[in-house]
Amino acid sequence: MGMTMTQKILAAHCGLESVEAGQLIEANLDLVLGNDVTAPVAIGEMKKMKVDGVFDKDKIAIVLDHFTPNKDIKSAELCKCAKEFSKENNITNFFETGEVGIEHALLPEKGLVVAGDVVIGADSHTCTYGALGAFSTGVGSTDMAAGMATGQAWFKVPSALKFVLTGKPAKWVSGKDIILHIIGMIGVDGALYKSMEFVGDGIQYLSMDDRFAMTNMAIEAGGKNGIFPVDDLTIAYMKEHSSRDYKIYEADEDAVYDETYTIDLSTLKPTVAFPHLPENTKTIDNVGDVKIDQVVIGSCTNGRIEDLRIAAKIMEGKHVAEGVRVIVIPATQKIYLQAIEEGLVTTFIKAGAAVSTPTCGPCLGGHMGILAKGERAVATTNRNFVGRMGHPESEVYLASPAVAAASAITGKISGPEELGL
Amino acid sequence: MRFFSGQNCIYIERFGKKMKAFGKVFKYGDNVDTDVIIPARYLNAPDPSELAKHCMEDIDTEFVKNVKKGDIIVAEKNFGCGSSREHAPISIKAAGVSCVIAETFARIFYRNAINIGLPIIECPEAAKGIEAGDEVEVDFDSGMIYNKTKGTEFKGQAFPEFMQKIIKSEGLINYINAK
Repeated sequence: MGMTMTQKILAAHCGLESVEAGQLIEANLDLVLGNDVTAPVAIGEMKKMKVDGVFDKDKIAIVLDHFTPNKDIKSAELCKCAKEFSKENNITNFFETGEVGIEHALLPEKGLVVAGDVVIGADSHTCTYGALGAFSTGVGSTDMAAGMATGQAWFKVPSALKFVLTGKPAKWVSGKDIILHIIGMIGVDGALYKSMEFVGDGIQYLSMDDRFAMTNMAIEAGGKNGIFPVDDLTIAYMKEHSSRDYKIYEADEDAVYDETYTIDLSTLKPTVAFPHLPENTKTIDNVGDVKIDQVVIGSCTNGRIEDLRIAAKIMEGKHVAEGVRVIVIPATQKIYLQAIEEGLVTTFIKAGAAVSTPTCGPCLGGHMGILAKGERAVATTNRNFVGRMGHPESEVYLASPAVAAASAITGKISGPEELGL
Repeated sequence: MRFFSGQNCIYIERFGKKMKAFGKVFKYGDNVDTDVIIPARYLNAPDPSELAKHCMEDIDTEFVKNVKKGDIIVAEKNFGCGSSREHAPISIKAAGVSCVIAETFARIFYRNAINIGLPIIECPEAAKGIEAGDEVEVDFDSGMIYNKTKGTEFKGQAFPEFMQKIIKSEGLINYINAK
């Protein structure tokens, strides 16, 4: 029986010629990731294990990005714990404030993940690296501890959903709109336990940043992983960022999929997910009059340079609406510097936005932009659950950087076309 | 279901000992996410007893006040979706909950529950046939779920052997230590 991209990568990492959906395997790991929230719990678990140290100091990444720069004493203690552990174990890829970026933007940028890898991370959005043709998935802290100690993790080989993307997206339709459309279509558990494999002629029109945004949100459909085939764009990205060897796996022609969905990208419109689930999607022409108090442009979904360029293009020469707080968070230091050099930060500040050092901060209701009772935000983040960005009676509307930037200017949920763009 | 197609329920045969759960049910709907199970504002203090103080806070402010040791959570589809925070099953376990029954679980929560030794059962019929306040007994050896209040019962099926070994070891860390 033919294998999917994901199944081929997993087979190669457990020494088998082939695997099939439902099979339980123990796979070798190329990278194990944790952050300031999850790594300290994993470190506590690892201390209970009969091991001398980590399996490979070069194959672990500790990224202090969630409550950083340390938001309070307790958070500072967590970061200190992770830092001491990293020092004791000579962890090569330890990143703290000053070098840190949001983990899922940072690791590809640092070249730590390439096509064909198997990666686990104690963060649900670890599925992001599927954009590079890797298998990557989120786990908890105990799995991270076991992964750091043994270099292995157990998996149930997933079945897959195939998304055949055709056509060219319209001007303001981004990867974020495509993935929101898909989640709206299949629901927040529509891909439960499954791989989401994105293929088709339409992917030639998707930049790496579009693809990262899409695989990033595979988890919001319940998916185990999201993955793109490797093309010239992926290879160029990997060559620019990494010196590691990559390996390309293609799905067999007779690979089995639970479902195949064909989506004509040219028919999609900018899409917004209403509270309190990412599946509650509406196209921009159906959003009605939703006034907002805050806009957040950033996160592991949409804090990359292309996202900031689009937002700046829309905000250039304009000012944010009265009474709206606009927070722009470049996802990594490199992106931040690039945004400064390209004049994007100047545009944001002149428009009345606050620009922050990289942090996950407001996305998970940590800090740097918490909502009060009854407040509403448009955010380029990935979750709009109850209380996600602050008070349990606040609301988050998920959107693309273009919609977020346009909404910042109008003070209500708007597409760029409303500004005549 | 997940590991045995055509069968409806999965249960944890925990620790290989005679083990039962008995308690009053707290009932929730679809898509209970880990942000409401334990809001991020409490993740800076990962001690289980601290996390237990805020369990379910954003969807049920009464939960922590009313939950008693042994009580059971019953929910519908996709329980534990969202963030991978292991703090979520830790907070449920530390709050005294003896078992979570759901129609389906989100995959990271499912892994985490097994890895930390929080008993979970996937059983659509039980999830539908049990209401808030019902008194429910779960026999982990036989896989039976008894709704004592309504006089109904539901049969579960065992996990695959590999996963049972983890569960019997009281979690992944002990399982690896014993290997």
